[in-house]
Amino acid sequence: MRLHEYQAKDVFADAGIPVPESHLATTVEEVVEAVSEIGFPAAIKAQVHVGGRGKAGGIKIATDEAEARQYADEILGMDLKGYTVEKVLVEEGVDFENELYVGITMDRGEGEPVAMVSTEGGVDIESVAEETPDAIAREHIDPAFGLHPYQARKVVYDAEIPRDVAGDVASILSTLYDLYESKDASEVEINPVMITADREVIAADAVMNIDEDALFRQPDLAEMEDEAAADDLEAKANEYGFDYVRLSGNVGIIGNGAGLVMTTLDLVDHFGGTPANFLDIGGGAKAERVANALDMVFADENVDAVVFNIFGGITRGDEVAKGINEALESFDEIPKKVVVRLAGTNAEEGMEILNTDLVEVEATLEDAVQRAVENAQEAGQ
Amino acid sequence: MSIFVDDDTRVVVQGITGGEGKFHTEQMIEYGTNVVAGAVPGKGGQEVAGVPVYDTVDQAVDAEDADASVVFVPPAFAADAVFEALDTDLDLVVAITEGIPTQDMAKVNKRLSEVDTRLIGPNCPGIITPGEAKLGILPGNIFESGDVGLVSRSGTLTYQVVSNLTERGIGQTTAIGIGGDPIIGTSFVDSLEAFEADSETKAVVMCGEIGGEDEEQAAKFIAENMDTPVAGFIAGRTAPPGKRMGHAGAIVSGSGTGTAESKIDALNDAGVPVGDTPNEVADYIEDFL
Repeated sequence: MRLHEYQAKDVFADAGIPVPESHLATTVEEVVEAVSEIGFPAAIKAQVHVGGRGKAGGIKIATDEAEARQYADEILGMDLKGYTVEKVLVEEGVDFENELYVGITMDRGEGEPVAMVSTEGGVDIESVAEETPDAIAREHIDPAFGLHPYQARKVVYDAEIPRDVAGDVASILSTLYDLYESKDASEVEINPVMITADREVIAADAVMNIDEDALFRQPDLAEMEDEAAADDLEAKANEYGFDYVRLSGNVGIIGNGAGLVMTTLDLVDHFGGTPANFLDIGGGAKAERVANALDMVFADENVDAVVFNIFGGITRGDEVAKGINEALESFDEIPKKVVVRLAGTNAEEGMEILNTDLVEVEATLEDAVQRAVENAQEAGQ
Repeated sequence: MSIFVDDDTRVVVQGITGGEGKFHTEQMIEYGTNVVAGAVPGKGGQEVAGVPVYDTVDQAVDAEDADASVVFVPPAFAADAVFEALDTDLDLVVAITEGIPTQDMAKVNKRLSEVDTRLIGPNCPGIITPGEAKLGILPGNIFESGDVGLVSRSGTLTYQVVSNLTERGIGQTTAIGIGGDPIIGTSFVDSLEAFEADSETKAVVMCGEIGGEDEEQAAKFIAENMDTPVAGFIAGRTAPPGKRMGHAGAIVSGSGTGTAESKIDALNDAGVPVGDTPNEVADYIEDFL
């Protein structure tokens, strides 16, 4: 779960990390009011969960009130990669001499967190990592002990951060680790950390992603979750609680288990079709959940045909069949052809229950996918 | 032969009184697994599926001479359950639980480096040596005893590939689901090393997926250390970058690491054929045997 910049900055500020003065605004008038308090220049920053906001026109610097009004009007309500901008952060422009990078993330190869510091701030850190990996100093953190103060100093000196601010940057890094651990973050990042002419150190941006699996013990952060979705389908998936990813093709895909669903997508591609989505109903799904999955995939207007592939372990074929019947019997006319393949636990019972007037049945994964691809091609013509 | 579990494995089930724990304990016993005890705090003295329950894993191990545990404890308490298991003399801990916070697993991972116990999982279907023992939730009836080892990050994909093998009369020595989380105990490399050392395993199937670099490391290990032939499968060729495909670990990063292409190339370079479909993997295995 990703926090918005303004939410992350609140968390950082509460922990004592210096951030620029800012106000959240949802209307042009609120933006004008905010800049009158903050002064100029002022940054107006779209608060949406989209990478590359600046390049996409979601961040503008206003130098007077007329500009602030104009930019607020442009940004509020604009469409950024499918997301509508409903909130902007109005922030004092910081006059800086240097831009640094500070971040902590999980190094899954090592199975432990790693702190990263670089003088190459203000640009995409992944491209820095690719082009000049030596420009990023790294320090692995023993999760049982946490980040020792000497480690924070070490990584800051290794990164050749200007000596006069090294202590301040190390202190920010230590605070960031405390937040990373106490808030169950999967990633915390300040890019850039700005160093002003007065040699003050300020967090000009803030990234904080929280481990979804830990939200049960982070109720304050869970409340901050903004489920604004790119489209109605993602909103529906959130509502039903599905692992769902929308893609651009026309073969709707439903299955159980991430690996098998991914494989089904790959096979659709292999047999000349294009997958419309990834939808994992998870383990042990009951009939209602199965029906919801069909509802979900039918709601995607790009879908021309559907393949339903279940290999039951803890998921039972009879429950799946009941759900499919339930969903399809509610239609006067089935909106799209559905190919079903049931294997594993209670598959035979499922095949007896399944209303084969409403679906096409195939015995193997390959045959089911091929048939769905053919159905999609026919329907798409 | 087999790896990690067999007829002699004596199992304690952590979380045996919960719905999942009870159901799968019954399934494991029905399969022929020696489930000798359960461990649930506050439930000591009860009996589930004919198995005595103890308050602590330590008591269960002492009283019933268990050497392996299976964890069916909810995610909020699962890391603690694994720590408890690692604090005993168990040889093997299999964590089925899905959704354990990653930072909890980082701490478990640290502890693992200090003990001799093996952890399989979490977020995995478990491990099965067909005809001998099953620790986890795998559907026993699709497996057949034989001479092919299988290691996979995904549960249901494992079932798919196993059924492709079994349908051709190709049985398995042991099948392991190592789990779809970013931080797991037993890796591909650990499993491949054990299969290589097992005289009865004549060929190995390795099912990977997008995300991380475990498959690349496995490819390196195969090239340098294995004589047993390996066939591979990689799920997620069509996954777009930056989107988590169900498993917490299954994500291609924005900078392009963890792609299916990189994994397939690494495996091919190591002499491992990678099937375009699960059935093609079975073709390769049939050729090996």
